[in-house]
Amino acid sequence: MSPASKKRLSYFLIIVIVTLILGKFIFESLQKNTVYFFSPTDLFLSSEKPRGVIRIGGLVKTGSIQAKKNDSVYTFLVTDLKNDIYVEYKGILPNLFQEGKGVVVEGVLKDKKFLLGKNILAKHDENYMPPEVADALKKSGNWNKKYD
Amino acid sequence: MFDLFQLKKIFQLSDNFFYLLKIVFLSVIIFGLILSLIVSPKDYLQGDTVRIMYVHVPASWLALMIFAVVGISSIITLIFKIRVFTIYAKSLAPIGFTFSLISIFTGSLWGQPTWGTFWTWDARLTSMLVLVFFFIFYILSWKFVKNFFVAEKYSSIIAIIGLANLPIIKFSVDWWNTLHQPASIKLTQSPAIHSSMLMPLLVMFLGFALFSLFIFFIRYKTEILKLRKNKLNKILK
Repeated sequence: MSPASKKRLSYFLIIVIVTLILGKFIFESLQKNTVYFFSPTDLFLSSEKPRGVIRIGGLVKTGSIQAKKNDSVYTFLVTDLKNDIYVEYKGILPNLFQEGKGVVVEGVLKDKKFLLGKNILAKHDENYMPPEVADALKKSGNWNKKYD
Repeated sequence: MFDLFQLKKIFQLSDNFFYLLKIVFLSVIIFGLILSLIVSPKDYLQGDTVRIMYVHVPASWLALMIFAVVGISSIITLIFKIRVFTIYAKSLAPIGFTFSLISIFTGSLWGQPTWGTFWTWDARLTSMLVLVFFFIFYILSWKFVKNFFVAEKYSSIIAIIGLANLPIIKFSVDWWNTLHQPASIKLTQSPAIHSSMLMPLLVMFLGFALFSLFIFFIRYKTEILKLRKNKLNKILK
């Protein structure tokens, strides 16, 4: 290794180490600000009500979806299994929006427990399998709760 | 040590080799497409929409891997001045750029029917878009800076900074709440994807990787010819 290379290598390593340390601090401070969605528990624990349009995420509580009359208004509960938030939404629901499945709702908080939804995004998980396998797993009792 | 794919060697790769590589990558991709579009089953939740995965995931993997190679080559080139790595990185970048675009576009085509949106600013999607911009900056620095050595320096620095983005992309789904689902295939666990769907995914990845290799050889050859034309080919010695 030539002396020039050695010099460049040591500069490079110093820069990398400094950047890593700085990056760690930036990452930690960003952790609080880079929230894509709040969970119901986050909102429950927060001291003040977030203003403006926010996103909440969680599971659609089983048995909580209700369609109101004929003007395509839906109400349901978003839960993280500890706390619930009541959501009212007018519009078309995405295909993967189902009871017990993940969902992200964009909207305005009316109060800590009630969100007026403007936009619904269905969240899906990382499990992929053919329908027959899913049926077989359910039948044999090997269905993992995490697939729901 | 670095004489593999050195200046002279690339011209020893005969036309037969390129012809063979072309046949192999085409047949692997055709085989992969038959597997993924016809043979593989529907998903229990998403139905046929899941077939977008067989293009989306290999393209994303390759975009990340190629950027990793570009970045590491840039470190070698900047510190040790082993110039053949500059040419590797320069030849690979447009391939990775194309795959990152394919990843973004197929991703939004997949997002619309499943999530209900083409685009959202969650951590995974945003960091992937940042990768696209790093590719663009890298390629543009070669286009706009005329002096080879200055362009080499700028582009390498861009690629090295961009390396920091790769772990962010990879772990964004674990570090933050994202709309994008976490990885299905992890080194430490058995894949969360059924084998009948994993097979076509891996075949498509192999096909895309062979395609990348094919384009890489062509581009590498072109870059060497450009160096010769500019009488810079001595730097590779």
